[in-house]
Amino acid sequence: MTATIISTVSAAFLASFVEVVEAFTIVLAVGLTHGWRPAFIGTALGLLLLVVLVLIFGPLLALIPIHIVQFVVGVLLVLFGMRWLRKAILRSIGVIALHDEAKAFAKETAALERQKADRRADYVAGLAAFKAVVLEGVEVIFIVIAVGTTQGLTLYAGLGALAAVVVVLGIGIAVHKPLSRVPENTLKFVVGLMLTSFGIFWTGEGLGADWPGADLALLAIFAVLVVVSLAIRQWAGSMRTPRAAS
Amino acid sequence: MNMLKTILEEVLGLFVDDGVLALLCVVLIAVVSGAVLLLGLPGLWGGALLLVGCIAILAWSVARAAK
Repeated sequence: MTATIISTVSAAFLASFVEVVEAFTIVLAVGLTHGWRPAFIGTALGLLLLVVLVLIFGPLLALIPIHIVQFVVGVLLVLFGMRWLRKAILRSIGVIALHDEAKAFAKETAALERQKADRRADYVAGLAAFKAVVLEGVEVIFIVIAVGTTQGLTLYAGLGALAAVVVVLGIGIAVHKPLSRVPENTLKFVVGLMLTSFGIFWTGEGLGADWPGADLALLAIFAVLVVVSLAIRQWAGSMRTPRAAS
Repeated sequence: MNMLKTILEEVLGLFVDDGVLALLCVVLIAVVSGAVLLLGLPGLWGGALLLVGCIAILAWSVARAAK
């Protein structure tokens, strides 16, 4: 059980960390270009909408039989995790450009600066903060529900996500800059591995798999995926090198 | 309405980025589920097949994009 709690909290923390960093970049851009009022109002309204979504959809999940929840959440986690894993591998070997928070911040700031003359500028800026919080927050909610619900660990997953918010805000307030030095792709690689592991484990459970070692099988699946994914990265990277040199 | 559309697109985007990757994962899960539920394949074998299948799909998808 301890292994499951640790992996649940870690997955929720790391995945939420990446999402919160992205939302923070936009909110910071709004705050620095239009003042903190629209940034705070947009953020608060976004958080309020997220709370409403959780209050509406959270209790609905309790009505669904657990093996169906395990299967559905497992399938969604496989899709979600494989997407992150593939993207992180492709970014690490240079097929896709790395996500750059400093660049995203500069782009958002430039767009907000252009709107300054508009009399609805504060509204538009607040809307940008609202949108960033809602869009990234929806991902955080899904991750918390997905990694927490199937074993009644939603509270632990929620605490992991909350810790990510506190850490990002703490660092963000201290440095007052976008968190561009966060190794986002490495985090996404690790989270992709974790979510895919959870996905395979829960889909299997939903199909009636009696995993050897019970919850410890999750760690074994994770270990296999780590080794194989690193090998795939190495192999795909070597496939690209000769062409890049020519 | 635009906001709702954006949120729905974002939610779909959580699971589908490369359409082929998502489709292959769904097909794999459907085939394994069919084998377990209809053909009586033991659940553990189903889980193991999922793991192997996901690895194969990931390798193929990364190689395809890297070429």
